[in-house]
Amino acid sequence: MPRFEYLEPHTLRQAVSMLQQHGSHARIVAGSTDFLVRWRTGVWKPQYVVNLQHVPGLDRLSYSPRNGLRLGALVRVRALETSPVVRQRYPALAAAAASFAGVQVRNLATVGGNVCNASPAGDTLPSLLAFDAQCRIVGPQGERWLPLEQFFLGPGRTALQPAEILAELRLPPPLPNTGSLYIKHSPRGAMDISYVGVASVVSLQDRGRVCRDAKIALGAVAPTPIRAASAEAMLRGQTITPELLKRVAAEAQRLARPIDDVRATGAYRKDIVAVLTQRTLERAIEMARGAEMPFEVQRRLAVQAAF
Amino acid sequence: MKKPLQITVNGEIRQFFAEPYCSLLDALRDELLLTGTKKGCDEGDCGACTVLLNGQAVTSCLVLAHSAHDSQVTTVEGLADHQKLHPVQQAFVDHGGLQCGFCTPGLIMSAVGLLQENPNPTEEEVRFAIGGNLCRCTGYNKVVEAILAAAQAMQNKLKA
Ligand SMILES: Cc1cc2nc3c(=O)[nH]c(=O)nc-3n(C[C@H](O)[C@H](O)[C@H](O)COP(=O)(O)OP(=O)(O)OC[C@H]3O[C@@H](n4cnc5c(N)ncnc54)[C@H](O)[C@@H]3O)c2cc1C
Ligand code: FES
Ligand code: FES
Repeated sequence: MPRFEYLEPHTLRQAVSMLQQHGSHARIVAGSTDFLVRWRTGVWKPQYVVNLQHVPGLDRLSYSPRNGLRLGALVRVRALETSPVVRQRYPALAAAAASFAGVQVRNLATVGGNVCNASPAGDTLPSLLAFDAQCRIVGPQGERWLPLEQFFLGPGRTALQPAEILAELRLPPPLPNTGSLYIKHSPRGAMDISYVGVASVVSLQDRGRVCRDAKIALGAVAPTPIRAASAEAMLRGQTITPELLKRVAAEAQRLARPIDDVRATGAYRKDIVAVLTQRTLERAIEMARGAEMPFEVQRRLAVQAAF
Repeated sequence: MKKPLQITVNGEIRQFFAEPYCSLLDALRDELLLTGTKKGCDEGDCGACTVLLNGQAVTSCLVLAHSAHDSQVTTVEGLADHQKLHPVQQAFVDHGGLQCGFCTPGLIMSAVGLLQENPNPTEEEVRFAIGGNLCRCTGYNKVVEAILAAAQAMQNKLKA
């Protein structure tokens, strides 16, 4: 195994200058759950590891009705699962977190690491996309903002420039009468990568009859997680009917461009996209209409295992 | 080159040297000779290496030792009170929660982590909490029974 030096910045500015100094020989680590596996298998061979875990404040999670949810890049996936405000206002994100690996990995893995790792199957990504997350990025030139939708360029490829760090994600406050859910279909009920993951967020008006806004995001069916924009557009402003949901689900299926791999064939994945889109929409609508859906129930729904 | 670090392990401050790339798991086993924590996969998949880091269950193979500098770690060796087993350990013995025993330290640490957060879990919550621990022998039922019994025993003790 190639060895590396371990660096521990105490501010973001310090981290950026370490990355500038060592260029492509340096790699950031946050929870190190992806990093240590790739390093041991020889995929990543950095000479310097810049550990962000001791930069104060990067693990802050806060919510205000005006600004919505602020997630420091170092917020653990476990915090997304257990946070009362995430469960209440962003249920699709809490469900995604609960569907993720096992407790021990969730206690280490960070939301920023999930985003920057940019796996098409990253479990928090569809929900973050469906909640319109914005990225605060810090680098040598200072700070910039980028919609998460523009962050993913391909498997493992992001819009981060050299020496840039993802500092924070912001999710705007949800509209009134909004419901949401994430469902992951995977081989096993725990510790497995998804065949397909779908997040839907639905906001209703006119006493829950009409869709005011809808967001649908798909994971593991394209080189990056994607928003199903044309499917969303079919819902906006429309009266909700079972037939409409079927057509929306078919449109999401049409948008999916999955590959065949050891887990599933592309054709199977496409079929599953329709099923999960319809299910997440139905549940999100129930929640938006005020149905009680305890977290234990959402958690059960969130993982649909094949075995 | 090995560098110095300090971790409070099972209540005792330990100062030692470790390579920059050494995992917390290798540090515990090879530097501190605490071999109760097992290495099954070194990839985060099996849970045999589970310890409590600042009170939370983590797979120690996925933690850099230096990143745990100045933190609190509890391993399976830290559970028993002298000769008296921790209630979770005792319940595994009483309920046949182990066979070969390789997964056991990890399962016990996951259970201890769960019961600290949720002293009165349902069976579903127990199964959810040990989803990251693989056992190839028991079929899990007796493990789940043991953890539920331990929860009960700890509650009774609190009431007494
Ligand atoms: C056993 C196991 C099970 C897993 N199960 C799942 C699962 O069910 N679902 C899932 O989605 N993932 C899963 N993963 C993958 C992994 O845990 C997640 O991708 C996790 O969120 C990564 O976060 P981290 O903090 O550990 O990242 P690290 O490993 O620390 O970093 C990952 C990558 O992101 C970069 N990076 C991290 N933070 C930043 C930042 N702030 N700015 C810029 N770059 C950054 C790093 O340089 C690195 O390239 C699993 C991994 C393991 C080992
Ligand atoms: S050795 Fe750490 S999870 Fe298997
Ligand atoms: S008792 Fe043998 S692996 Fe669990």
